[in-house]
Amino acid sequence: MKQKFDIIESTCVPLPLENVDTDQIIPARFLKATTRDEKFFGENLFRDWRYLPDGSPNPGFVLNDPRYGGCVLVAGKNFGSGSSREHAAWALAGYGFRAVISSFFADIHRNNELNNFVLPVTVSEAFLAELFDCIAADPATRVRIDVHELTVTNLASGRSEKFEMNAYKQYCFLNAMDDIDYLLAHKDRIEEYERNSAL
Amino acid sequence: MNTLFDKIWDSHVVSAIDGGPQQLYIDRLYCHEVTSPQAFDGLRARGIGCLRPSKVVCIPDHNIPTHDQDKPIADPVSAAQVETLRRNASEFGLTYYGMMDPGNGIVHVVGPEKGLSLPGMTIVCGDSHTSTHGAVGAVAFGIGTSEVEMALASQCILQQKPKSMRISIGGRLGRGVTAKDMALFLMMKLSTSGATGYFVEYAGQAVSSLSMEGRLTLCNLSIEMGARGGFIAPDETTFEYLKGREYSPKGEDWDRAVEYWKTLRSGDDAVFDRELSFDASEISPMITYGTNPGMGMPIDGTIPSDASPKALAYMGLEAGRPLLGHKVDYVFLGACTNGRIEDFRAFASLVRGRRKADGVTAWLVPGSWAVKRQIEEEGLDRVLGEAGFEVRQPGCSACLAMNDDKIPEGKYAVSTSNRNFEGRQGPGSRTLLASPLTAAAAAVTGRVTDPRELL
Repeated sequence: MKQKFDIIESTCVPLPLENVDTDQIIPARFLKATTRDEKFFGENLFRDWRYLPDGSPNPGFVLNDPRYGGCVLVAGKNFGSGSSREHAAWALAGYGFRAVISSFFADIHRNNELNNFVLPVTVSEAFLAELFDCIAADPATRVRIDVHELTVTNLASGRSEKFEMNAYKQYCFLNAMDDIDYLLAHKDRIEEYERNSAL
Repeated sequence: MNTLFDKIWDSHVVSAIDGGPQQLYIDRLYCHEVTSPQAFDGLRARGIGCLRPSKVVCIPDHNIPTHDQDKPIADPVSAAQVETLRRNASEFGLTYYGMMDPGNGIVHVVGPEKGLSLPGMTIVCGDSHTSTHGAVGAVAFGIGTSEVEMALASQCILQQKPKSMRISIGGRLGRGVTAKDMALFLMMKLSTSGATGYFVEYAGQAVSSLSMEGRLTLCNLSIEMGARGGFIAPDETTFEYLKGREYSPKGEDWDRAVEYWKTLRSGDDAVFDRELSFDASEISPMITYGTNPGMGMPIDGTIPSDASPKALAYMGLEAGRPLLGHKVDYVFLGACTNGRIEDFRAFASLVRGRRKADGVTAWLVPGSWAVKRQIEEEGLDRVLGEAGFEVRQPGCSACLAMNDDKIPEGKYAVSTSNRNFEGRQGPGSRTLLASPLTAAAAAVTGRVTDPRELL
């Protein structure tokens, strides 16, 4: 949902798996909802890893591990591959995640996160590996993400990195503005384009 | 620079935001029932309509059952989602091909076959396999629901321009090797993230020799290498395929369109951000062993020794072992990947005169009613029926198991679909992705079988 995002400081939930696809983030059978009920999607985030077939919580999955919490998910590379379902971003938001840190994001999912004010933070492999190590050593490890400066800092090690975000999206996050607001404000350009285009 | 991708993309840029994305004009928006309801809700919440209703086509496909479509959908939640799309299309004045309409089918099968997707267009849909439409020489890609709302509201979306990549495949495909194998081979080489951030132009003799159906299969799977989309420059094969289709230009408009489409080529001096080339002779019939489409191998190979232990544990397979001879419980022919007439011809050609193996459950699901009608016109349903197979009614079906077509837990399915993710075809299902020929070989033997042995 549209909300301002400038600086957050939080503990992390580690998911050191690569190629986490959106079918795992939210399985297809939960896509039948016709409303944007983030709470429903959040409850079913990582459903088939998080719950055993009998419906009880899987004690081996990180979301059920009381040592870990916070609004930042830290995931292995190529996070969000596969299906374009925005429900995956709604599920992350609905669970309470405000940011995902990984060394690589799939394109469509990355846009979906941005459009839902969940911040995809792309870091170097070295930063990610160190962060996983710090969280393993101390689950209370905190990170600080600053959208003004576009920096992410592992507060346990002090390591800090710049991350990429275009100036437009940065403005959107700092001001809780979305793309549709922008497009609707510039409708005249669309009509002009249509008049000028040949085919 | 001067690539076909640049030409199509740049000619659709309405404006560029300083330090940000570009505003891209969209020629065609497809909506299906799963990823659109919240976008229509968004329009209502903002109190606005759809800007260009004539450029939007709505087709339910994911939740559609593959039998008894003349009766209401039994699952009330699926029924409600399909009904929501019908109501939204009606409220916003959009073209709608509903269940049982002769124009219904999987959106990525229907679009090209109706001539709704044409060369030079920008095409989007809330579905990652929108890349399929690139086969007609269009820039087509999947988007999220927020972007569906943007396109409905403004016929534009905001996008960062992807980088360009050309993948050239020279030479000729061997006997029993198909476009599907070509794509699975590329995924094996590039992994599921090897083309992330890129738009791919497929080129080379092996690509231009593909039929339109084969091209649609190849472009469909672009997303499985991480690419936002993939396309093939339009040529005589494209024009021949599109001529006379329901929405294709007619008469003088057709001649003018073809003249323009002939200019849609990358320049000889085109510079791509990345270029890869392969030779078709390197490609064998392929099959996947793991839980993402990049975990594939030649069908007569062995599972790599460095395969992901988590994936193999899920699949119940062992590194270093062959897959040939492995028991198969289910066979699925269909999906936006391989649900076209050529796929049914290939499957039928292999099972002709043979019988479905006992113990194999086979689901043959055409991609559209038009495909189903053609199957019947060509008598393929009789060939398939004599071999013990039944052709079902069209839809996405077991590709993602949002309808009743679910592979049971622990069962092995040779599937012509596009994803073998954990639980994709039903909780606990084990998917082996392959071509229609390889699926047919599995269906008549009950084992993973090299289709070349049966041709």
